[in-house]
Amino acid sequence: MSRPSNFPPPFSARDYVAEPTDPADERIEVGVLVVGAGPAGLACAIRLGQLLEEHPDVAERLGEVPVAVLEKGKQPGSHLLSGAVVDPRALRRLFKDRLRMEELPSYGPVPGESVYVLTRRAALPIPPPPPMRNHGNWIFSLSELGRFLAERAEEGGAMILPETAAQKLLVSHGRVVGVRTGDKGRNREGGELGNFESGSDLVAKVTVLAEGTQGHLTGVALDRFSLRGEDPQVWELAVKEVWKVAKPLDRVIHTMGWPLRTGKRYREFGGSFVYPMGEDLVTIGLVVGLDYRDASISVHDLLQELKTHPKIRRILEGGERVEWGAKTIPSGGFHSLPQRLHAPGLLLCGDGVGMVNVPRLKGVHYAIESGRLAAEAAFRALQRGETPASALSSYDDAVRDSFIWRDLYEARNMRQVFGRGFFVGGALASAMTMSKGRVELGKMRAEPDAEQPLLVTDRDSSYPAPDGKLTFDKLSSVFASGNKTRDDQPNHIRIERRVAREVAELWTHMCPAQVYEVGREDGDGTVLVDMAPSNCVQCGAITAKGGRLTPPEGGSGPEYTAS
Amino acid sequence: MRIAVCVKHVPEGPSRLDPSTKRLDRSGEGALNHFDANAVEEALRLKGDSDTEVVAISLGPQKALDSLRKALAMGADSAVLVSDDAAAGSDLVATSRLLAAVLEKQEADLVLFGQQASDADGAVLWAAVAERLGRPVVSQAMELSLDGGSVRVKRQTEFGYDTLEAPLPAVVAVSDAINEPRYPSLKGIMGAKKKPQDVLSLADLGIDAGEAGEPGSRTTVLALGDPPARGDARKIEDDGNAAQAIVDFLAEKRLL
Amino acid sequence: MRFLVFAEHHEEGFVRNSLGVLGKAASLGDADAVVVGAGSGLAAQLGKHGAKTVHVATGDDALQAPLPQPRVDVIAQLAPDYDAVLFGQSVLAADVAGGLAARLDAGLNWDLVDVELQEGELVGKRPALQDSVSVDVGWTSGPRLALFRSGAFDPQETGGEADTHEIDVELRDFSTRTKMIEQAHAESEGKSIEDADVIVAGGRGLGAPDNFTLAEELAKALGGAVGATRAVVDAGWYPYAAQIGQTGKTVSPKLYVALGISGAIQHKVGMQSSGTIVAVNKDANAPIFEFSDLGVVGDLHEIVPKLTELVRAHKG
Repeated sequence: MSRPSNFPPPFSARDYVAEPTDPADERIEVGVLVVGAGPAGLACAIRLGQLLEEHPDVAERLGEVPVAVLEKGKQPGSHLLSGAVVDPRALRRLFKDRLRMEELPSYGPVPGESVYVLTRRAALPIPPPPPMRNHGNWIFSLSELGRFLAERAEEGGAMILPETAAQKLLVSHGRVVGVRTGDKGRNREGGELGNFESGSDLVAKVTVLAEGTQGHLTGVALDRFSLRGEDPQVWELAVKEVWKVAKPLDRVIHTMGWPLRTGKRYREFGGSFVYPMGEDLVTIGLVVGLDYRDASISVHDLLQELKTHPKIRRILEGGERVEWGAKTIPSGGFHSLPQRLHAPGLLLCGDGVGMVNVPRLKGVHYAIESGRLAAEAAFRALQRGETPASALSSYDDAVRDSFIWRDLYEARNMRQVFGRGFFVGGALASAMTMSKGRVELGKMRAEPDAEQPLLVTDRDSSYPAPDGKLTFDKLSSVFASGNKTRDDQPNHIRIERRVAREVAELWTHMCPAQVYEVGREDGDGTVLVDMAPSNCVQCGAITAKGGRLTPPEGGSGPEYTAS
Repeated sequence: MRIAVCVKHVPEGPSRLDPSTKRLDRSGEGALNHFDANAVEEALRLKGDSDTEVVAISLGPQKALDSLRKALAMGADSAVLVSDDAAAGSDLVATSRLLAAVLEKQEADLVLFGQQASDADGAVLWAAVAERLGRPVVSQAMELSLDGGSVRVKRQTEFGYDTLEAPLPAVVAVSDAINEPRYPSLKGIMGAKKKPQDVLSLADLGIDAGEAGEPGSRTTVLALGDPPARGDARKIEDDGNAAQAIVDFLAEKRLL
Repeated sequence: MRFLVFAEHHEEGFVRNSLGVLGKAASLGDADAVVVGAGSGLAAQLGKHGAKTVHVATGDDALQAPLPQPRVDVIAQLAPDYDAVLFGQSVLAADVAGGLAARLDAGLNWDLVDVELQEGELVGKRPALQDSVSVDVGWTSGPRLALFRSGAFDPQETGGEADTHEIDVELRDFSTRTKMIEQAHAESEGKSIEDADVIVAGGRGLGAPDNFTLAEELAKALGGAVGATRAVVDAGWYPYAAQIGQTGKTVSPKLYVALGISGAIQHKVGMQSSGTIVAVNKDANAPIFEFSDLGVVGDLHEIVPKLTELVRAHKG
């Protein structure tokens, strides 16, 4: 039986750790460097802005650019995608009396909710399991929220640097001193084009990695400073669409069951969400654990299939798809958190380190809270002018004292008992319904997704044919993500190109953006994997399943605006 | 020497027309019209290390400052945005009036445009602006050089390549074949915010609200509809005579 | 309604598109034409395309080279007598129309594919947003200026006679400052795919890189250029410079022949405004057939060599 992990990618974290190389007078110096303009990074920048406003003396010491935020997407929000039903706690703490929830770009509080167990034709309503109850939470487009937070961060004095990839972690004398940004204007072979622009060393007193799921330098830092947690991280893949609809949806809906199979050997766990976004928009997504084993599983196509369910079709009828996107969700929970969230000169936040409450389907508020706490820790160290290795340890203390830790700790047992990720509450309800009460408790999920042995079925033969109205092919979806990545650039995805056929098929079906294709057979039973890297929407599934995503040229990838 | 580059902030992502105003919905995110990046690049190439000043000029909502900042990050020296609610919905007649008014004040020796707007597919603005300024105009430039007091341009038309010369001050629209726009350097991006950026209203330009926006325009959008279906689309199965069928079809369409 | 049509000529012939526009104008009302820089012999031909009167301006040397600004001076003199001035879109015509709009403060609508009279008012049809929507456009006052897409109308030979008369023109000082140093001649140099009238493009359905010779041979026979999809450029079958689509070039030739191209949306947005689209693909369900004028389901390896032969024979 093949496993993706039998074919490790040509990637070494060591290649992405470097000493600064630009001559000292050409290095760009900033006070605090935040990598990633998502909820964690922007909350960090906003909080730093608040603190520096109260303490101009400290701001003065940080130089011309006290806070900079690097963003690999075209602009803040371009790479942000979530459900998103957000617990407002962290936003309230961040803005206190400066902004009320009503002043944020939301679609209001959750108006009501339903949970269904689906079969091919029927939908059985069940009472929402306790962790899935969303009373008091607010509906957002994370992409819109990101743009809003970026404007607030800029108002607070942060400099946002979009279209810039953080390529290497700069480490000097065992201390993180910043990042090196990616080159721009290289051709496919790596040669310099006429408009080649070299990356720069961006040095900082404190570097905050808030890169989100599958963060490139976060992964590098976890290895470099031996921070990885007790359990390996595991992921789920979410594919979602935003629809302009004819009639408003009056509640948030979660489903489980069909189109996923219940057979134990498939390990298909997950569910769907359907959220209203105001009067005329609805977002629908499907989340599936990446420990699935069937190489013919395509979350993209399962989502297309889900939309053909009478219950769902009715919601979308007469509507039009306006956006599409995909992203992984870290779902290892408490036991997969790093041992420490800091290293000399470095702080780690949000989804990058796996701050996701799996049974509650929530992570945005942890990202925001961790960003805020990182800002306070960084500020304290800078205020005292401290640079010893332990200066940032107060961040770990603060996180341990926060609701992040409390929630994730409480939820750890959920995971241990049910062995499952997102929708675990639902999975329980679902299993109870399906098996008429005979619930089989799963094992703790501790093996990496890439180590799951593969099987191949003909599941893909029943995916619906795209009709261009309700159901779509992958390339149309990539188009709807706004992806306009320059084709003629180096391949940013590291995989072993010659693999067992099942692995090639796994990647081909798994990738929602049609990056991989099964190519030539090589006599010895392996096949060559053909690639179209510019289709990539940087969801990160390949990193979970045996490859390694690195950041492409800055400004590449999807351009989400409503996701 | 002073070079003015006119740039447009165009909507990003899936564009839509607002059914109520029948205008392009500009509420979403936008970016520098990529054809205009060629014009900015050309201005910067001409500037080189000299003391030539490059000013980027735009007309649009406040958000258009983002696109001007991109031009500044690439290396332009300053930026001017004309932004006024009363200017929204300006057509060619009104837009060229406003731009000409800004350019009059700039006293640029050379005014550059990109070859078209990616949102409206327009490719006429430079000619209207040159007319209002009373200056010579050359479009579709794929090579451009300055020679004493004049600009020499090689350009592409439907019939091949022309070479033209015009005395300065002049207006030139460049094609996207003229260069490969540079990427803004990180230092450029960081420095862009501090460069001079003026935002002007219609009043600052001395233009009456009645001469801008819809009142100042001479065209109007009447209705939106489905695109015409491709006329008499035919699909045939090859029965051995497909090649002949294609030739007959092309002959009938006079495409041979 | 009285129309004036700018009859553009190059060397010894009129540009087909402007003749088509003239025919359309004649079908809607009284159509006159204006010819700048050509002899009246050429101008008389316009009668059979529907012109009643042809204004000819040849007097000044500055009118000879195909430059826009002197033409603005000529047409600005005539335009006030007309309800509308129509142009077939071209590099020259766009510059003339743009200048004229500013000179007369007259509304200009461009990229039109059709025009009609609705209750006596002129209404233009313009596809927008990658041709996903059709927009009806109008003018709030006269003279109405309009540019029509290449291939919007076929020239009609109605066979009338035109009166030609020479007009005197006063040129503005700035209108004559641009000098033509060297003027293009037809096919003086090879054309890039963005400018080709005919493109034969190949996709994965060609099967192998060597089979691009099928596309090249056909392109040569048709007098066109060769394009490629991203998939085959990615696979290294053809150079990036020939890539058509969202992340490649956007083209709108008169004829687009798609060989073995499925028609993914990324490709479609780069070529959908082509005049006529012919597709050959063995997959009857390929999306390309949804936007082809002629779709052929069959094996391109059989069809294309025969087609190339027939085209050669036809062109003799």
